[in-house]
Amino acid sequence: MTDLPSDLGSGLAVSVAGEPAPAGPTRSSVGAVFGDMPILVKISAIWLVLVVVGAIYAKVDQDLLGGALPLQDPDFQTNNFDASTGDFGTGEPLLGPSFDHFLGTDAIARDTFARIVHGAWVSLIVSGVSAVFGIVVGGFLGSLVGFVRGRTETLVMAAIDVILAFPALILLLALVSVFEVRSLTLISLVIGVLSIPAYTRVARANSLAVSNREFVMAAQAIGTRRRDILFREIIPNVLPTLLAYAMVAAAFVVVVEGSLSFLGLSVQLPQSTWGNMINQARRDIKTNVAQVLWPSLALTMTVLALNQVGDYFQRRSSVRQSAL
Amino acid sequence: MGLFIAKRLLRLVATVFAVTLLTFLMTSLLPGDPAVAVLGAEGVQNEELLLQVREDLGLDEPLPVRYVSWLGDALTGDLGESYINSGQSVSDTIGDRFPVTAQLAIMAILIAIVLALPLGVLGAYHQSKWPDTASSAVVQVALSVPNFITGIFLIWLFAVQLEWLPASNWNRMSNGLGANLKTAILPATALATTQMAIFSRLVRSDMIATLQENFILAAKAKGLSNKFVLLRHALRPSSLSLMTIVGINFGALLGGTVVIETLFAIPGLGFRLINAISQRDIMVIQGITVFVAVVYVLINTLVDLFYVAIDPRIRRS
Repeated sequence: MTDLPSDLGSGLAVSVAGEPAPAGPTRSSVGAVFGDMPILVKISAIWLVLVVVGAIYAKVDQDLLGGALPLQDPDFQTNNFDASTGDFGTGEPLLGPSFDHFLGTDAIARDTFARIVHGAWVSLIVSGVSAVFGIVVGGFLGSLVGFVRGRTETLVMAAIDVILAFPALILLLALVSVFEVRSLTLISLVIGVLSIPAYTRVARANSLAVSNREFVMAAQAIGTRRRDILFREIIPNVLPTLLAYAMVAAAFVVVVEGSLSFLGLSVQLPQSTWGNMINQARRDIKTNVAQVLWPSLALTMTVLALNQVGDYFQRRSSVRQSAL
Repeated sequence: MGLFIAKRLLRLVATVFAVTLLTFLMTSLLPGDPAVAVLGAEGVQNEELLLQVREDLGLDEPLPVRYVSWLGDALTGDLGESYINSGQSVSDTIGDRFPVTAQLAIMAILIAIVLALPLGVLGAYHQSKWPDTASSAVVQVALSVPNFITGIFLIWLFAVQLEWLPASNWNRMSNGLGANLKTAILPATALATTQMAIFSRLVRSDMIATLQENFILAAKAKGLSNKFVLLRHALRPSSLSLMTIVGINFGALLGGTVVIETLFAIPGLGFRLINAISQRDIMVIQGITVFVAVVYVLINTLVDLFYVAIDPRIRRS
């Protein structure tokens, strides 16, 4: 939100004869893009892949395989009374790291590592849904109004400006507060819808610039239908910047969901999220700071990684632009 | 100039109106019945009582009528009464709590600027050398750590380990400035770190651009010391863009106060908002949301006007 690539030119990743394909992971091979990255960006990308794989692994393990894969049950209290044996579990709350529990246990003796991996699922879904909403709805709206201009543009942008007139977290809180049951679907939908305005602005700025370029004028001159120009000329050229923006926007969304979870207003317990783990662990901060540290590290490293990779792709598309 | 101001003020009125409409629609149209919240699970069983409460709250009127009467009251400074703490005026609550939030926000901006200037200047002056790398590393990390995490670790360090500062028990200004600042410094710092990162990035890139200007060369040619050139000639032009970014980021800052006030148990607007949300106290949620959004819009309008007053180029474009 704070770092919109508002310079009008940054969307013009137009390929010219003899130049490599436009920026963005879609058209160049993944390996080649990865090879070009500076070392820090590489590490960031690897971390992001780990988070995504971990989140999917945990979800598959829990919902499809009933916990058959090697990862502990995130909700199992290891010191619980077990009716079948008549004994209490051997686990203890607030343990330090060990081979059984890589990151120790939380205040009610649940495995912290498993809870962090499962928490990644929430961050993944929320940021993924927000990116899809932003790119599909915001990207389309922005590309459209930047191309057709006129009254449509004035109306759409006025509506966008009103939504952006609210501090983002306050608007989100007001919206979320109305619902009694806060499922992951609901939270992702609300954050997804609220993501649309920022993407619309970015898409519009790029669409305005693309619309003035010679290939669009050429298409208009030979009488191409406006709808075809929008879908074949404008949108494909706005998309790369939007994808780069999506990474930076995802960093913001992860923080926002984390804040919401921290306030106890995101997905409900026992589902673990990094934010609600931090909130629960902070009560024992005097005796055990490690339990606050692990989810905080997971959250911060993910945000840092998203920023690094997002900045990298944004730089890439603007460098290409200046080379034209 | 006069025309610009008139246009800007007209837009302000339109935005404020739209903001009130959106807030009202949001909190009224979405599922959830305030009357149920007032009565609780048991009262809902009683159909008559439910209707009675709905009538008392004016919920039986059509939506446009309710909006107009709410807006009319709001314009005279009356944002209604809390459903839960019966009789408590929302405007009084805001009047009571806004100074606390405002103090936090202002302190956070000041701390952020004080920390950002040296970081940004260092980066610009030693561009691409190690001090630049170090300062930009600090900026990258500060940009990525959410403020509640900064807050928790500040508490851990200064309240738990060193026992220098308290982690909660907010002291109002009326308890003495020293006592007040002692409870305000940690939350304000937690709020400031992200802002600091944003500000110092701006100062750095602004200064790099300014340092290439001819008047800097002229100042150096006159034999002025590097330090003097840097602080007197190069830093000054940055202050304008810094002001703009403070305005733009004020929204994020206000959002941040909600989280930080909850973490440090500070009796500001944000803490009250979270309270109201957990009690589903719709009038309070509505009132605080509208108030905060209007403050944000006002600040950005003021920044715009101030900017224009200083820099005449903008008026013409």
